[in-house]
Amino acid sequence: MADGKGLGRITTSGLAFGALMAILIVISLWLFVAQPWWFPTLASVHGAEIDSVFNAVLIVTGIAFVVTQALLGYFVARYGSAGNEKADYWHDNPKGEFLLLTGTALILVVLVFMGQRVWIKYYFTKSPEDAVTVQVTAQQFMWNFHYPGADGKFGRTDLRLVTPTNLIGLDEKDEASKDDIVTAGEMHVPMNKPVVVRLRSKDVIHSFHLPFQRVKQDAVPGLAIEVSFTPNLAGAYEIACAELCGAQHYKMKGSITVDPSEADFDSWLKAKLSERTGD
Amino acid sequence: MTDTHGHHHEGEHDHPKLGFWRKYVFSTDHKVIGIQYLITAMSMAIIGGTLSLLMRLQLGWPHGSFRFLANLMPKAFDSQGHMNADFYLSLVTMHGTIMVFFLFTAVLTGGFGNFLIPLQIGARDMAFPFLNALSYWIFLASCIVIFSALLVEGGAPLGGWTSYAPLSALPDAGPGQGTGMTLWISAIALFTASGLMGGLNYITTILTMRTKGLSMMRLPLTQWSLLITAVLGLLAFPVLLAAAILLVFDRTGGTSFFIPGGIVLGNKLIEHTGGHPLLWQHLFWFFGHPEVYIVILPAMGIASDILATFCRKPIFSYKMMVYAMVAISGLSFIVWGHHMFVSGMSPFLGSVFTITTLLIAVPSAVKTFNWLGTIWGARIRFTSPALFSIGFVSLFVSGGLSGIFLGTSAADIQMQDTYFVVAHFHLVMAIAPLFAAYGGLYFWFPKMFGRMMNETLGKIHFWASFVGVYCVFFPMHVLGIGGQMRRIYDPLNYEFLQPQQVLNVFISVSAFFLAAAQILFLVNFFSSIWAGKRVLVNNPWQATTLEWETPCPTGHGNFGPELPVVHRWAFDYSAPGAKEDFVPQTAPAVPARQL
Repeated sequence: MADGKGLGRITTSGLAFGALMAILIVISLWLFVAQPWWFPTLASVHGAEIDSVFNAVLIVTGIAFVVTQALLGYFVARYGSAGNEKADYWHDNPKGEFLLLTGTALILVVLVFMGQRVWIKYYFTKSPEDAVTVQVTAQQFMWNFHYPGADGKFGRTDLRLVTPTNLIGLDEKDEASKDDIVTAGEMHVPMNKPVVVRLRSKDVIHSFHLPFQRVKQDAVPGLAIEVSFTPNLAGAYEIACAELCGAQHYKMKGSITVDPSEADFDSWLKAKLSERTGD
Repeated sequence: MTDTHGHHHEGEHDHPKLGFWRKYVFSTDHKVIGIQYLITAMSMAIIGGTLSLLMRLQLGWPHGSFRFLANLMPKAFDSQGHMNADFYLSLVTMHGTIMVFFLFTAVLTGGFGNFLIPLQIGARDMAFPFLNALSYWIFLASCIVIFSALLVEGGAPLGGWTSYAPLSALPDAGPGQGTGMTLWISAIALFTASGLMGGLNYITTILTMRTKGLSMMRLPLTQWSLLITAVLGLLAFPVLLAAAILLVFDRTGGTSFFIPGGIVLGNKLIEHTGGHPLLWQHLFWFFGHPEVYIVILPAMGIASDILATFCRKPIFSYKMMVYAMVAISGLSFIVWGHHMFVSGMSPFLGSVFTITTLLIAVPSAVKTFNWLGTIWGARIRFTSPALFSIGFVSLFVSGGLSGIFLGTSAADIQMQDTYFVVAHFHLVMAIAPLFAAYGGLYFWFPKMFGRMMNETLGKIHFWASFVGVYCVFFPMHVLGIGGQMRRIYDPLNYEFLQPQQVLNVFISVSAFFLAAAQILFLVNFFSSIWAGKRVLVNNPWQATTLEWETPCPTGHGNFGPELPVVHRWAFDYSAPGAKEDFVPQTAPAVPARQL
């Protein structure tokens, strides 16, 4: 059999594969550049940074995707066998491999730093003193929200006090709990003010997910985990549970209303308090 | 080692004739055991695949009324023909469990591992043939146990294949968490035991029973991948086994490894205290991430060897391929935390695991470059195994790149537990390995059964599957970006997900098309065992490795009176000066020019 050099024969199979790669690239570009479906509307301050990390990774991986699939399609289309000659015989190129390896590593290092800048800022920045704090207690299959009320102090809770009407076990005798507000499934926060969510779970693991605010944090029984965010777009949004928590997991939905002003938020709190005290 | 098998040296014809049961059922022949693994795992794949179709039915048409199915499975549907939510979640659990363990791990290491290791290293059987048979029978038992979870009262567990505690640790936390969960744990424990026996056997065999001249750096990449996989299994499976045992203690022994104090179920405080739910996740993923590579590495090995064979070209940078696999396997033990970025684990650890995770992308990228380098300048013979191996490369790239989003902890906050993750792991650790496994089945079928599979059907199977998998799994990235959570019975329950429901319909329709294409494979596979074109030569694909020195099908004892002697590496394709475009490993070591 003759030695082979250069291009091979174009075969139907090779051409078909190359064409499929071209179609794959075109459809991917449509999905990821034209973005007919995309992220839920952005509604928090830190969310912009999370989205920008995503977009940076998208550009890097997008280029890698197009180049690799295009090369694969081209090689497969162009290097078919006619059955009468050998392939090129080469199987090493240490210099080329070294370049590709260090190139890939460098790009990944840059991505690590870009991502970690946002990650560290998000998790290791102390929230301001005047942040709105909400205690969120997850249970199969609902979200309970606990506000401290005017005194700014959360009433004592004790799981031994849990009853069908007192789902978080709020100690009614505690002085601090007198003006507390507890809601089921309904959360309000004021716009442009930092919010701290203190997450707990009564039973299994749930995940507190605000798709529009780019917040996701598991609620783990036995732990109190804090996450914070600053909503910057008023409106009503859905809260989802993102961790499988049992048969009715899909129904574990809540709502978060971002009030346009602190006055609106306060009047909601007042209305809720009067519902509770019956005034 | 070979001495213990001295009686094999006369070759096949001198063996006492074994009866049907000893020869095909209770056999200790590695080839029979390999085929038993393959066919058992294929049966499990049919079950696991059917479950996924039921899931797609629900996701495509969440409020649909499926009266026909409701008549078949009255407990799984309500009187209107709507699927029950707990049944949907038991499908989620069982599909994942069956596919990860009972299909992919079983086919790639149990099936190809058993069949190929002695054949490709020039040995007559495994080091411990009885242990090998035992490993299969325990695997079969585990298959039966996991399947029975679907049939018991309460149904299969609904916590997903990851079985996060405390949902998995509390029998009262939902239907299926009682008996169903107990069966799940038992099946996993049996599977683990079976995997350990296999792993011990593979390592011993590859390290000690290679034939004369077959140095480690002359092994085909399939063998390297199986060796590394076996090491991963030996280190990772015991951790899962230990976790499963602790889980049993928590469920029945009153211990609290994974259950913290202060859990309220049904408004009642339960009597556990002091455990930590994240401990389960750490143990599970310490096993679970290497498990991903237990599936991918053999797929990489198989695809590499097949690619070289049909490109008629040596694998590009063999040494780097081996080093990359070693690097991947080492790193696979220090990346598990990337499954837990938003779990409540210390965010500091999140940073550490981001770094290790992006590190593991480097050897994966090296492998991709090398596959491209192999195809560049090739003379490709477009057979079914070749097409599936080429498809593997494309799918591995598509699935691998999305991992970079998820490995970047900041981006993962939004993507965790969405369909973006589902798209990623299906492409990279299910579909890409599936393509490699199909490639392997078409490729080694003549060695197994002495007949060829039908090439035309094989090619139709490839094109339909290749288009099908992209139609099913690619749009899932977009669903995930749009926010659709995993394991959601009815996405329409969320208003913000409703506009993208059209994608769910498209995916479901594609999934049925994809499943139909797999029927072509099953028909081809089983009919070819009896009716395929007979193979009269040893080496129908003109490959270089040792298994092609034996007749098709290979007899008991594998090789003739003398074991083969190896003179060269496994990739002498298109060597300049050689008469043919391949030089078998057994060809004498004279300079290529003089051949």
